[in-house]
Amino acid sequence: MRKVVRGFYAIAYAVKLCRPNVICAYPITPQTEIVENLAEMYANGELENCKYITAESEFEAASILVGASAAGARTFTATCSQGLILMSEVLLNAAGMRLPIVIVNTNRALSAPLSIWPDLQDSMLLRDGGIIQIYIEDNQEAHEMIPQAYKIAESTMFPIMVCMDGFKLTHAYEPVDLLDQETVDNFLPPYDPPIKLSVKNPLTFGSYAPPDCYMEFRYKMHKDMINAKKTIEKVFREWAEIKNDWGGMIEYKEGRTVLVALGSLISTIKEVAKEMGLGYLKVRTYRPFPAEEIREVLKDCDNVIVFDRAVSFGYEGVLTIDIRNALYGESPDIYSFIVGLGGRDVPKTLIEKCVSKVMSGKAKRYSFEGLKEFEEVLY
Amino acid sequence: MRISLGAVSRPLESLENKTGSWAVRVPKIDVERCVGCGECYMFCPDGCIEMVQIENRRIAKVDYDYCKGCGICSEICPANAIEMIEKVIE
Repeated sequence: MRKVVRGFYAIAYAVKLCRPNVICAYPITPQTEIVENLAEMYANGELENCKYITAESEFEAASILVGASAAGARTFTATCSQGLILMSEVLLNAAGMRLPIVIVNTNRALSAPLSIWPDLQDSMLLRDGGIIQIYIEDNQEAHEMIPQAYKIAESTMFPIMVCMDGFKLTHAYEPVDLLDQETVDNFLPPYDPPIKLSVKNPLTFGSYAPPDCYMEFRYKMHKDMINAKKTIEKVFREWAEIKNDWGGMIEYKEGRTVLVALGSLISTIKEVAKEMGLGYLKVRTYRPFPAEEIREVLKDCDNVIVFDRAVSFGYEGVLTIDIRNALYGESPDIYSFIVGLGGRDVPKTLIEKCVSKVMSGKAKRYSFEGLKEFEEVLY
Repeated sequence: MRISLGAVSRPLESLENKTGSWAVRVPKIDVERCVGCGECYMFCPDGCIEMVQIENRRIAKVDYDYCKGCGICSEICPANAIEMIEKVIE
């Protein structure tokens, strides 16, 4: 069923088809309308066997989902930015407790200064937490990613973040080919965790681990996260057979010069790459990081140009750090441009400007592009 | 060693964690002075004090397996019967 819908609805409708048992969230721009749509479906009695719980903060929302997920419920929440970092204490626990909570993060810049507009700084902060991260290019992909996200999370027993740009995707009206219940039911089996919390079977999740065993738990978490790559690939392939083929953990088009990015920015980059005869690399799965896959496709090209929308302050662009590491010892020259922070537009002309800087040998190891001239004042 | 998914443990399994190993100083009860009032038992934040019957007297007894040596019992004791002493590690 093809309909013109906003990104919010594309997500909410897909979540509904996945038959969640507990939905809990706290409003934050640009996420709110996702859970508003779900709240409306709940109020209309369209969500069977589901409880929609309103929380007093993101911290509480995540905490409720930890309990619900431990009790065997299929759970959903959506948040971003300040909300995500308020959740982070709980979400990192959920990762260690191996609870497959599905979180849609509508990427938004972090304060301060206050911004409601998109960049990737928020989700990057949770990069190292044992949470699977998928970055989304458009609303069709976002819609189709939800059942896949549940399957990945519940097969690997890790929480998963589906990261999509706030406003650029969430607020955009796009024609979306909506899934039907039968397709999702055939693809996604009911959630039946190996361990479940219940009154009859009291358990402690994430119990105290002294130095003589803590490291083994963390090693297992790391090993399982590495192994999750196989599951992710398998789920993506399975999906490609029944619906659209979105590629694997990465989407790559060959070229001597390859442009690399995460999220909706790759759409613009694909256009530029096509016009200029360049390659591109879309990193769909960011954690676990597909380092071998990236090395395999990029090792023999001349230039790798990474476009970053998150900064590791005092170092460089966050994705660039990972790409450089994946290509350590290989021959390509790696350039990095930090663009589009806090919703600053990244038009094709800016990408072209960055490419021509590289081609003319004027590019540095990394630089901020699209900056305005400014004068520093006290206030 | 058993490593469960999500560090899940069954009830009472945490008893294996002898958290008393954290203590630097531990309470020593002066049995002669103890009046058996049970203040230390009430105030212990970790349930490490038990009131026991010894020769028709009610006396406080410390569970050193889990006492972390916070010293609240010693502060609260109205009979000055609890002294905090350096723990001796055998």
